[in-house]
Amino acid sequence: MIREFTLGEAWFLVEAVRWTVLLAALAFVGGSVMGLMIAVLRISKRPPLRAAAIVYIKVFQGTPLLMQLYLVYFGANLLGLQANAWLAAALGLTFYTSAFLGEIWRGCIQAVPRGQWDGAQALALGPLLGLRLVILPQALRIAIPPTVGFMVQVLKGTSLASIIGFTELTRAAQMVNNATFRPFIVYGLVALLYFLLCWPLSAYSRRLERQLDPVHLAPKKLAVQ
Amino acid sequence: MGYVFQFGTVWQEHDRLLLGAWLTLRLSAITMVLGLAVGILGAVGRSSRSRVVRAIVHGYVEAVRNTPFLVQLLLVYLGLPSLGLRLTPDQAALLAMVVNLGAYATEIVRAGIEAVPSGQIEAGRALGLRPHQIFRFVVLLPALRTVFPALGSQFILVMLASSVVSVISAEELTAVTDTIIARNFRSFEFYLVATGLYLAMSLAFQGVFALIDRILFHRWSTHT
Repeated sequence: MIREFTLGEAWFLVEAVRWTVLLAALAFVGGSVMGLMIAVLRISKRPPLRAAAIVYIKVFQGTPLLMQLYLVYFGANLLGLQANAWLAAALGLTFYTSAFLGEIWRGCIQAVPRGQWDGAQALALGPLLGLRLVILPQALRIAIPPTVGFMVQVLKGTSLASIIGFTELTRAAQMVNNATFRPFIVYGLVALLYFLLCWPLSAYSRRLERQLDPVHLAPKKLAVQ
Repeated sequence: MGYVFQFGTVWQEHDRLLLGAWLTLRLSAITMVLGLAVGILGAVGRSSRSRVVRAIVHGYVEAVRNTPFLVQLLLVYLGLPSLGLRLTPDQAALLAMVVNLGAYATEIVRAGIEAVPSGQIEAGRALGLRPHQIFRFVVLLPALRTVFPALGSQFILVMLASSVVSVISAEELTAVTDTIIARNFRSFEFYLVATGLYLAMSLAFQGVFALIDRILFHRWSTHT
C-alpha cells in the first residue's frame, strides 16, 4: 500500500538525523583515540612500529569503506559475536577514521619545528612527555582545520552503515521511500539534511584554515570523497 | 566459533572476481576522464566574469561535497525517473560518479589555476598568444601539472567509492562479489579477497599516477 508523503514522514527523516550524528560522534571519538596512537606509532623511532602504522594506514586508505564495514560485520560473526549492525558500523567507521586522522595528525606533528623536540629534551622531558607537553599543543593548532574538515567525511561515511542494516538517515529514507514511493522528494530532503549537517563544518574548517594560513603552512587537506 | 575458512571456493570463482575487478577499473577509468573534463569546465566557470555562472558552479561543488555519494547515487537512480530520465543501473552509476568527481576536480583544478602567476598570463599576451592559447598552454597545462598529485588521490578515492554502486546492482567488483556470496554464503572469504583486489588496484593506480607524473610532467619541466 502506498502512503502519502506527509509532514509525518518528513519528521521521521529529521528524527533519524540523531542516529547519523550519534554514529558519527562514536566513530569520531573512537577514531581520535586510535588515530592519535597511529600518528605516534607512525613517527616512532622503531622501524617495525613505524612499518605497522604505515601498513595500517595504507590498507584502510586503500580499500573501500563499504568493504571494511562488511568485513567487520561478518568478521564479528565469525568470532562468535552476534552480527550487530550497531557494533559493526561503529567499529568499522572507527578504524576508517583512525587511519585518516592518524595520517593527518602525523603531518601536523611533523610540522612542528625540530627545535621544539630539542627544547623538550633540554628540559629533561622524555619523548612521551615532551610529545604531550611541548609538541602536541602546538600541533593541535594546525590540526584543527583538517580535522574539522575530515568530520564531514565521517558524517558522509555513516550513510554506508545503512547498507549493513543500521538505521540512520539513509536507511530511514529507504524505509520512507518504500512506503511512499516518492524518491525524488525523499532523497532530496535527505540530501538537504546531510548538507545542513556538513556544510557548516566545511565552512568552519575553511575559515580556520584561512586564519592559520599566514602563520603556518597548514598541511594540504586531503580531498576525500 | 569453529569456523572453517574455505578459500578453495574463492579460487573456483577467481575468473568472475577478476572480471569484476576489470569492470571496476573500466568504470573508474571512464569516470576519471569525464570527471576531469567536468572539473576543467567547472574551474573555468568558477573564474567566469558572470556572477551567475560562478554561483551555479559554486552551488554544484558545495552540494556534492557536503552530501554522501550514496544519497547522490540513489537520487540519480531512483529520483531522476520521476523527472522523466530513466537510467540503467550502469548509466546511473557512471553519471553519479562523474557528477561526484567533477565537483572535487573543479576545486582541485581551480586551485591549480589560481596558483598560476598573473605575470605568466601577461607574458603570454606580450608574446601575442590568443586567449584560448593562453588558457591552454599558459594556464591549464601548468595548473594540471601542479595539481596532478591531488587529482590522482581523488581519482583513487572515486575508484574506492565505486563499490557503493553495488547497491543499485551496477556491474562492478562489489556487485559481482555480492552475486557470488548469494549462492555460496561465504561472505567473509569473498569480501576479504575483494578487499585485497581493491587494495591492489589502488596501489596500481598510485604507481601509474606516479609514473605519469614523472614521465609526462617532469620531462616537460626539464625540456622547457
